[in-house]
Amino acid sequence: MMGFLQSGLDSLPGVAAMMQFKPPAASSIADSVDQLYLMLTGITIFFSVLIFSIIFYFMLKYRRKSPGESGTETHTPMMLELTWTIIPSLICVVLFVWSSSLYVRNGRPPNSSTEIFVIGKQWMWHLQHPEGPREINELHVPVGVPVKITMTSQDVIHDFYIPAFRVKKDVLPGRYSQIWFQPTETGTFHLFCAQYCGTNHSQMIGWVYVMSPTDYATWLAGGEKTESMAQQGERLFSQFGCGNCHSPEAAGHAPSLAGIYGKPEKTQNGETRVVDEDLIRQAILVPNSVHLPNYQPIMPTYQGQIDEEQMLQLIAYVKSLGSEERMNGK
Amino acid sequence: MSTAIAEAEIHETPAESGVNYLNVTYGIKSWLLTLDHKRIGLLYLGSITLMFFVGGMAAVLMRLHLVEPQGALFEPETYNKMFSTHGIIMVFFFLVPSIPATLGNFLIPLMIGARDVAFPKLNLMSWYLYITGAAFALYATLSGGVDTGWTFYPPYSSLYSHTHVVTVALGVFIAGFSSILTGLNFIVTIHKMRAPGMTWFRLPLFIWAMYATSLIFVLGTPVIAITLFLLGMERILHVGIFDPSVGGDPLLFQHLFWFYSHPAVYIMILPGMGVVSELITAFSRKKIFGYAFVAFSSLSIAIISFIVWGHHMFVTGQSIYAGLVFSVLSFLVAIPSAVKVFNWTATLYKGSISYEAPMLYALGFIGLFTIGGLTGLFLAALATDVHLNGTYFIVAHFHYVMVGGAVMAYMGGLHFWWPKITGRLYPDLWARIAAAIIFIGFNLTFFPQFVLGYLGMPRRYAIYPSEFQVLNVMSSAGASILGIGYIIPLIYFIWSMRYGPPAGPNPWGAKGLEWTTQSPPLTENFETIPIVTEDAYNYPSEGAHV
Repeated sequence: MMGFLQSGLDSLPGVAAMMQFKPPAASSIADSVDQLYLMLTGITIFFSVLIFSIIFYFMLKYRRKSPGESGTETHTPMMLELTWTIIPSLICVVLFVWSSSLYVRNGRPPNSSTEIFVIGKQWMWHLQHPEGPREINELHVPVGVPVKITMTSQDVIHDFYIPAFRVKKDVLPGRYSQIWFQPTETGTFHLFCAQYCGTNHSQMIGWVYVMSPTDYATWLAGGEKTESMAQQGERLFSQFGCGNCHSPEAAGHAPSLAGIYGKPEKTQNGETRVVDEDLIRQAILVPNSVHLPNYQPIMPTYQGQIDEEQMLQLIAYVKSLGSEERMNGK
Repeated sequence: MSTAIAEAEIHETPAESGVNYLNVTYGIKSWLLTLDHKRIGLLYLGSITLMFFVGGMAAVLMRLHLVEPQGALFEPETYNKMFSTHGIIMVFFFLVPSIPATLGNFLIPLMIGARDVAFPKLNLMSWYLYITGAAFALYATLSGGVDTGWTFYPPYSSLYSHTHVVTVALGVFIAGFSSILTGLNFIVTIHKMRAPGMTWFRLPLFIWAMYATSLIFVLGTPVIAITLFLLGMERILHVGIFDPSVGGDPLLFQHLFWFYSHPAVYIMILPGMGVVSELITAFSRKKIFGYAFVAFSSLSIAIISFIVWGHHMFVTGQSIYAGLVFSVLSFLVAIPSAVKVFNWTATLYKGSISYEAPMLYALGFIGLFTIGGLTGLFLAALATDVHLNGTYFIVAHFHYVMVGGAVMAYMGGLHFWWPKITGRLYPDLWARIAAAIIFIGFNLTFFPQFVLGYLGMPRRYAIYPSEFQVLNVMSSAGASILGIGYIIPLIYFIWSMRYGPPAGPNPWGAKGLEWTTQSPPLTENFETIPIVTEDAYNYPSEGAHV
C-alpha cells in the first residue's frame, strides 16, 4: 500500500513541470475550439464569482443578530425576474450560434483530403493507407494536408479520439463513420479510444506521428512493398467471383460498377441514395435490400465471408473504378 | 398570535403522552409490515445508506488505484468492475431513490397536512421492490461483478461481456417499478390529500419539486425498464435488436437508454432543488423570492429534460441536424436552472440568516450546482462537446451536479429534518465540521478532473499516460478527504438516535406544517387535520411585526 503513495510523492518535485492546463493544439480547427472553450470558461468564472460574491455579501450583511429575529419581507419585482431570465437566454443563443457554426464548418472534409481507413477491434487500432501500408496503433500523416478517416469496428463500439486535433468520433460495428483533420504542426500526439470497450479499453491507445511531407513520402516508400488497397481489392474482386456478373464483359447480369461511387442511384424500393461506403457495404452483405430496379435480385449475400479489412479493400477498388473512368473518359 | 396558540396546543397533548410513530409498536415485524409512510421512509433511509457506502467504497478504491499511471491496486478487469458497480449502485440504488424515497416519503404527507400517502400498501410494496432489485445488484457484485459501466452499451453488454449483465439489469428493472409506483403514489397524494386550505400555490416548493420528479418517474422509468428488458432478451436469446450483424442497431439502445437516463438526472437534482428552497427560506426566515418562478422552473425542467437526450450522442454519428436540435434544447434547460439559482440568492436579501449545518449544505449546493450547471454549457455546445465528450470533463461535470448538487442537498435535508424524524438533535459543531470537510474534499476530488478532461484524458481508463498523474493524485487525495467527510455524519447520527438531546417540535423556528406537529410525529401525523390559512414560508416580517 505504501509503495504507490511513495511513488506518488516522489513525483512531486516534477509537479510544476508536469502541470499543464492546455493540451497541444495541432490541427486546423484546434484554435477555434479553444477560443470557444476559453469564452465558456470566462462565462463560468464570471457567473460563479458573481453568485459567490453576492451570497458572501448577503451572508455577512444579513446574518441573524438575535435568536428571535426574522427576515424582512421583500416583494418580487417582475422586471428582475425577466432580466435574469432574458440575459442568460441571450448568452445561450450566442453560444449556440457560435458553437454550431464551428461544428457545421468543421463537419465536412475538404474534397482534397487524402484517405485513411481504420478498423477498431478489441483492443487495437488497425489502420491502412490507400497506398497499401498497414499500421497498428500508429498513424503516420503528413503535416498541412487534410486527412479523411473512414472507420468501422469489428466488434463493439470504440471511439477514435486525438485530443491534440480536438476530433473524436464513435467507431461502430456495421457502419462507417468519418472524421477529418488537417495537422498544423509536426510531432507525436496521443490517439485514444474514448468509448469504453471492455477489459483492455485503456490499452487501446496509440500515437499519431505528424511528419513533414518529405519525411512522410520517405516513410510511405520505406518498409516492404505492398499492393495498394485498390489492388488488394481487385484481387478480392476476382477471388470472390464478383467480376462474373459485375464486369463489362458479363453484360446484363448486374450493374457495372465503373464510376458508380458518389453517384445517386434509385433502388428497388424507390429511395434515392448516393453510393457511399455504407451503401457498397450493404450491397455486398444484404444485396436484396438495395438492388437496382432494372436488375433481378439474384446476388448472393457475402455475410460472414468477407472481413472488415477485405471489405474496405473492396470498397477502395470500387472507388478506384470511378477515378479510372474519370481519368480515362473525361 | 395565531401561530403562538397553535404551537402551545401541540406542546400540551401528544408530546406529554410520549407516544410517537417510532415507539408505538416494537419488533422487526412492526417495521417490515408497516404501512406508515414515515417508517417506510426510514426503511429506505437504512437501505440507501448501505448502498451509498458500498458505492462509495468502490469509488475510494478506484481513486486509490489511479494514484499510479500503471494502476496501483487492480487488474484492468477489476477496475472496470469497480467503476461499473460504483455507477450502477450510485445512480439506480442511491441517487434516484435518495431524496424522494426517504425525505419525500417522510415529508410529503406531513407537509401537505395528510395522515399518510394515498396508497400505503403500494408504498410498502415499492420498498420491497427496491430491496429485491438491490439484492440482485449486490448479489451480482459479490459473485463476480459486472463490467459494462452503468450505461450497458451493446454490443459490448449484449455479446462480449462475460460478467453478470442480466442479473444486474434485472435488478435495475425491478427497482424501476419501485420508482414508478412511488411516483404514482406521490402524484395522487399531492392531488387528493392536501389539507383544507392547502392550495397549489401554498404548497412548499419541496412538494412542487417532488411532483415534477414523480412525473419523470412515471413517464421515464418504463422506458429504461423496456430497454433493459430488450437488452436481456438480446443477451439470452440473441433476438438481434441491437446487434448490427443481424440487422439491429446499437445506437437504438443509446437513444432508448438516454431517453430515460437524461430525465433521470433531473430525478436526482429536482428533489435537491426542492430541499434547498426549504433550507434557504428556513435559515433566512423569509419567504422565497419568486415563488411561482421557482415552482414553474421545476416543471419546465422536468418537461425539457425529456427532449435533450441526444446531447449524450453528439459523437456517435447522429446527423448534424439532430445535433443542432439537441444542442439548442440543451441550452434551453440551462435557463430555468439559472432562474432558480438567482431566486435562491435573492431570497437571502434582507433575510435573517443563520448558519447551522443544513444551511451550510444549502449554500454549498448553490455554489457547486452553479459550477456544475455552467460547465454543462461546454457540453451543450457541439464544437466543445466533441473534444470533451467521454473524458474526465464529463465525469467532473456530472459529479458537480450529482454529488455537489444532489448529495449536498440530501445531506442538508437529512440534517434539517433529522430532529423531526428522530426527535433528537445531533452535535451542530461536528455537523458543520463535516459539511466543511465534504465541501473541501469534493472540490479537491473533482475540480482537477475538469482540467484532466480538457487535456484529453478519457474516462474509464484503468491505466493512463503518466503526464496525467499529478492531477490524478490530487483527485485521489480529495476522494480520501471526501470519504472521511461522509463517515463523520454516519457516526454522530447514530450517536444522536440514542444520546441526542430532545429536539422539540420546531428546533429551527421554521415554517411548514411538519414543524407544527410533535417530534417524532404521531403515526397519524396530526392530532387533528390542520386548516391552512397562509402561504408557504410566511415568516413574521420584521418590519410589519415589531
